[in-house]
Amino acid sequence: MTAAIELIGITKRFPGVIANDDVNLTVQRGEIHAICGENGAGKSTLMKMLYGMQSPDEGRMLVDGVEVELSSPSDAIARGIGMVHQHFMLADQLTVLENVILGSEPTNGIGQIDFKAARSHFAEVGESYGLTIEPDDLVETLEVGERQRVEIIKVLFRGAQILILDEPTAVLVPQEVEELFRNMRELKANGATILFIDHKLEEVLEISDSITVLRQGKTIATVDPKDVTAGDLAELMVGSELPTPDTTDSTVTDIVTLDVDGLTVLDDDQRPVVDDVSLRIHQGEIVGIAGVEGNGQHELVSAIIGTLDPASGTVQLNGEDLAHRSVRERREAGVAYVPQDRHVEGLLLEAPLWENTALGHQTQRPFANGIWIDRAGTRERTETIRERYDVRTPNIDVSAHALSGGNQQKLILGREIMSKPDLLIASHPTRGIDVGAQAAVWDHMRTARAEGLATLLISADLDELIGLSDTIVVMFHGKLVATLDPSEVTPRTLGAYMTGASLDGDAGPPDTNGDEEAAS
Amino acid sequence: MNQPLLRRIALTAGAPVAAVAFALTISSLALIVTGNNPIAAFGDMLENASRLETFVDILNAATPLYISGVAAAIGFRMNLFNIGVEGQYLLAGFFAAAVGSAGFIIDLPPPLHVAVILLVAMSVGAAWAGIAGTLKVTRGINEVISTIMLNFIATGGIIAWLILEWKDDSGASASFGTKEIDESGRLPNLNGLLELFTREVSKGRELTSVIFIAILVGVGYHLFINRTRVGFDFRASGYNPMAARAGGVPPKKMVMYAMLLSGAVAGLVGMFEVLSDRYKYGDSFVQGIGFNGIAVALIGRNNPAGIAIGALLFGFLSSSSGILQITGSATPEIVEIMKGIIVLSAVVAYEVVSRIRTRDEAKSAAEATTRMANDQPEEVSA
Repeated sequence: MTAAIELIGITKRFPGVIANDDVNLTVQRGEIHAICGENGAGKSTLMKMLYGMQSPDEGRMLVDGVEVELSSPSDAIARGIGMVHQHFMLADQLTVLENVILGSEPTNGIGQIDFKAARSHFAEVGESYGLTIEPDDLVETLEVGERQRVEIIKVLFRGAQILILDEPTAVLVPQEVEELFRNMRELKANGATILFIDHKLEEVLEISDSITVLRQGKTIATVDPKDVTAGDLAELMVGSELPTPDTTDSTVTDIVTLDVDGLTVLDDDQRPVVDDVSLRIHQGEIVGIAGVEGNGQHELVSAIIGTLDPASGTVQLNGEDLAHRSVRERREAGVAYVPQDRHVEGLLLEAPLWENTALGHQTQRPFANGIWIDRAGTRERTETIRERYDVRTPNIDVSAHALSGGNQQKLILGREIMSKPDLLIASHPTRGIDVGAQAAVWDHMRTARAEGLATLLISADLDELIGLSDTIVVMFHGKLVATLDPSEVTPRTLGAYMTGASLDGDAGPPDTNGDEEAAS
Repeated sequence: MNQPLLRRIALTAGAPVAAVAFALTISSLALIVTGNNPIAAFGDMLENASRLETFVDILNAATPLYISGVAAAIGFRMNLFNIGVEGQYLLAGFFAAAVGSAGFIIDLPPPLHVAVILLVAMSVGAAWAGIAGTLKVTRGINEVISTIMLNFIATGGIIAWLILEWKDDSGASASFGTKEIDESGRLPNLNGLLELFTREVSKGRELTSVIFIAILVGVGYHLFINRTRVGFDFRASGYNPMAARAGGVPPKKMVMYAMLLSGAVAGLVGMFEVLSDRYKYGDSFVQGIGFNGIAVALIGRNNPAGIAIGALLFGFLSSSSGILQITGSATPEIVEIMKGIIVLSAVVAYEVVSRIRTRDEAKSAAEATTRMANDQPEEVSA
């Protein structure tokens, strides 16, 4: 039997990164195949190529044994491949049926939408795959799980036999997950092939027929769920060798700089995304937060810098509660911030470099003088940063978007550290930058630590986390679930804590209270 | 060595020159198609503009346009589209004229009287724009929609109703409107100043002294937006609201500030009529400057000097429509076509130039990176 999908030697490069490196994947017809891996492992890029949203630089793709070149999603749909995105793309004010036919409306001779034909085809699809949903309900009245079903029907309606589900369980509550799994089994029984991304290992083990693990853009292994435990999978995801921690002497003091206590942040649905988090960072200490992205790290950071308002809890800097102060007051109190996405929160891309240096510190010297911006002082500081942080630019009047990612990041780091903060929040400080700039950033962070800076480091890069941190805490589902010593951490424990997998009793319980763990 | 500098100058000057050249070409085509001689028409326009009286006309027309352009530009700098300058200045002009001519105010000494009128105008403009700001901040209502609706409410509703209440019933004039403001609340014309440099201004032309207010507004706008901390917050929010927020700029407050400031400046647009032309709000009070101000701000790229050029250009074109009618070398409507074409070609030309500039910058930054890497190969071996 020919495989539904066969990928041979797929490679995809982006400037400075290899997203997929010689990926090989075989998906049999009629199976549920899970793709696991940490963020940045290359799962999404791979799925996007399968759905025609991006094309590979190298390698071959076979669908049902035929070599194909997919240059757009409509190519993929024509080959029977459909994708359900993590974020639904539905029009709230239209009915289920209208949403399903949107973009591929059956029409009669004079170009009118043939709702009768649409309705009967809709019913057919629903029946043959065992998916039930009322076609005339408005989408805005539906639950999340039902919306997802609409998305799945939408794909099937277009004749897809192979479904790609991008983290389908991420948005669902447990009962909805069960319902989804029932639907997935039903789809499989009726001949559909499902490829899905997930990093909740228990779920993956429950539903899939085979599992492929990606790490750093490479296919590590394809395993049968009957042969592995969650712990094994976690180890595969994280890698068997961890970097050795930085051996320089500890500069940790016993003066508490940041003291977060019982911090809870709710999302729009009043569900806790940061759940009773307590955390202390001392002068000269780097605390690294490990965790699969989307487990509340960004919300935690936002609540500390002040762009999100916490529901409860305190954030103390040098003994002063900042939990309800404005971002500016926190900045002035000595909180520096290297955001996870420099283009979103870090830079004014169209503004010259020297103006970017003032951003975040525009109320302080040397950037401001009374109500005025001190242009000379700002320019001078920018020149200093350019020199000390090796920002490679023809001059400081070019716009920020002209610089490469690494140089932009060095500018941001220089701007933040040179403002002499007490606390630095660094979110993925070396993401997407070249190796040289990465080494420079790490070096500057170590120097600042030695000078007494307290740093909260969020990273998905284990080299970075283990290499820089004095303490590693693991965040899962909004909670801090473990505090680990970087020199003793093993791939198995780290991977297990990060994915919420049970450890079969070979390490401490993962669901300890973050409170005492982190404060200890 | 000097090539990059020359290129920069050429690029800076290139956009407006290209825009005007393009606009002239299209207008010429429009003239030829309608059976007119473009050379004769442009000749008439230029010759007319060289007269002293027309010069006064141009400055008088450019003055409110400039203020209106600055009002729009303040919003644009924050990515706010204040279409309500029109309603804001009409309402402000009406209240300023009404208060300025009211019985309890007319005994004030001249400077104070004028100051009260200006204050009323700015406050009313700010308040009216502030409604749109409040709606946006508290309810997320798009300012384009709310300011358009506020325009209608201001002109069709409030003014139409109050003008009957407060109309001039002295019987001295047959037209609708507020009473005339007393001498103490009027600004003198600047003909005397102008005549120091040239001959006597004839045909009853009076150069408005509100031009000084316009200059003050322009200088103030430049200092505020480019030199002050709050101005920096403004621009940062306009460039990238998320980064500004993470940098401590409160987004909602900035929206409010921008709307209030834009409205306050908009309130001054009608002052040339109230303080120096007709001294009242009447049924012939000038309309449409709010919308033309948006065009002028677009031509001037929200830059204080650029807006001035745009306002003078529009003033020149407006003053030309009369002469074209008189000489018959073209239909006066061609002037409106030219205004539209200039705005469009300016927007396109600026976009082209900014793309070229972006490419240049990226290239020079890449060169700097490799050059420095070659100079100091061990730089990053940290």
